[in-house]
Amino acid sequence: MTDMAKPVAFEAVDVERPPLRIFRHAAAKIATTPMMLTVIFVFIGGTIWTMVYSLTASRVLPARDPFGKDFVGLVQYVRLFQSERWLISVKNLGIFGPLTLLFMFVVGFLLAVFMDQKIRFENTFRTIFLYPFALSFVITGLVWQWMLNPAFGLQKSVRDVGWTSFSFDWIANRQLVVYTLVIAAVWQGTGLVMALMLAGLRGIDDEIWRASRVDGIPRWKTYLYIVIPMLRPVVVTALVIVAAGIVRTYDLVVAMTGGGPGLSSQFPTLYVYEFMFVSNLSQGLAASTVMLITVAIIVVPWAFFEFGRRRTR
Amino acid sequence: MSAVALNPAEAVEPSGPKPRRRFAPATIMVYGVLIVAAVYYLIPLYVMVMTSLKGLEEVRLGNIFAPPLEVTLQPWVKAWTSACTGLYCEGLQVGFWKSVRITVPSVIVSIAVGSVNGYALANWRFKGSEFFFTILLVGSFIPYQVLLFPLVLMTSAIGIYSTIWAVIVVHTIFGMPVLTLLFRNYFASLPIELFKAARVDGAGFWGIFFRIMLPMSLPIFTVAIILQVTGIWNDYLFGLVFAGQPNYPMTVQLNNIVNSIQGVREYNVNMAATLLTGLVPLTIYFVSGRLFVRGIAAGAVKG
Repeated sequence: MTDMAKPVAFEAVDVERPPLRIFRHAAAKIATTPMMLTVIFVFIGGTIWTMVYSLTASRVLPARDPFGKDFVGLVQYVRLFQSERWLISVKNLGIFGPLTLLFMFVVGFLLAVFMDQKIRFENTFRTIFLYPFALSFVITGLVWQWMLNPAFGLQKSVRDVGWTSFSFDWIANRQLVVYTLVIAAVWQGTGLVMALMLAGLRGIDDEIWRASRVDGIPRWKTYLYIVIPMLRPVVVTALVIVAAGIVRTYDLVVAMTGGGPGLSSQFPTLYVYEFMFVSNLSQGLAASTVMLITVAIIVVPWAFFEFGRRRTR
Repeated sequence: MSAVALNPAEAVEPSGPKPRRRFAPATIMVYGVLIVAAVYYLIPLYVMVMTSLKGLEEVRLGNIFAPPLEVTLQPWVKAWTSACTGLYCEGLQVGFWKSVRITVPSVIVSIAVGSVNGYALANWRFKGSEFFFTILLVGSFIPYQVLLFPLVLMTSAIGIYSTIWAVIVVHTIFGMPVLTLLFRNYFASLPIELFKAARVDGAGFWGIFFRIMLPMSLPIFTVAIILQVTGIWNDYLFGLVFAGQPNYPMTVQLNNIVNSIQGVREYNVNMAATLLTGLVPLTIYFVSGRLFVRGIAAGAVKG
């Protein structure tokens, strides 16, 4: 993914006559068969299958004749974007995704910087910040469901203490429930970002710090203008890991809000599941294809940039 | 960053480490922020532990932040042996053993495949290998939902749908991108001279893998195991879709127990059940703590 990860291809060893091209590294080709099968049949084949059948009228089972009489064109997509539920789902992901990324990275980076100040009890703090990452989204969702439950959690506790007008009922509020999901997701994932950033900070050469100190540059400026640009590879890796996770957000919502109240915290993943395994397969496939296209719009330019850049070097 | 004065080469330089005041405002702010953050992270765990040790009566009346007046392990026993998921009341132990039977083989198979992939891609590149690797990495961005139904069809076609085997296959497939990347970067970072020397001595693909690479890769295997055990144990979607009702893993069962709407909400039992489900990954995390951190660090900085 980064500059340092140049694969050590070793091909110059065959100084004498190289064997036939197809037999070169035959063992490697056999050993990577599972990978090739996965790539061809699952990642490529599966994606094409889903796209093709999203253009059909499949109900519970895939249509028999996807290119003939069961072909319905873009009907499923039209229906999708007329569905209130889908539009809510897209809007929720649109709020949840960027906000979660933003908070995770800002908080994660700040925590990493603070952890990097030669503090005491560093291990304790790190253990505390990272443990939610070891827990599943189901657990995260349930915990925060309880914490934020107005009749049981935070709100009730504060009121019991005497502040009776205190109100924190976002999870029961149709407009605000999506932000409670952000709270839970940030709780779960920031530790990972912090750990990755901290590792990146520790990888920075002491000479940089010495040089900036000699030049009298304030610490915060060194962080902002020298260290952050140097952390680009780490940031990219972390972004990739986290963003891929955010698009898949499913269990967190199922466990925490179940998509409610009403339809107010529906997510695209829930929509897909509901249709794919319950009533209308093609509709679920169309929805998942839209998810894929959205991801592609974000990932493809980045991938071209990353891989293209590496090849030219 | 580190102790400058320890380096003899620095001794001639006039600048030493700047002496720091113990209670400088900056120091106080650093600790203040860290402690506030730590409280935010710890509160949910604290609430769960406390509530799971209370009797139902106390839960209903009391404050979630208050420690139990009367400690009872009853909720834990109930969660493990007789909590209800809709129809059955056999407790979480069922899901626990299903999760064990899913996780162990999935971890072994996925890591075996991932490590061999990574090794082949790092040291034995062939025409097309980078293509497959690129698609694999790009494939890791494909939302699971896109591939879910094709995988249902594929696993049905080979007759393993609705069994534990289907879940294992699916975990192996979806673990492949990250594991391959992890191992590829690790193997690529090993000194190439080792590989060259082994080849000169006549070792082949598997010889080098088992005799040279594996003995040197204990750390990265530990990292991979930690990653996969926590990842697979915590999985919900694949267990739900591919395992079939009798094989539901612990996470699915937990959600069914807690979010099934029937009778009184036994928060103490629910929280005990939640803690039980989190116990395996948490134990791994606390035991392997430093390795866990060093692991993600190694993967990311080189990655």
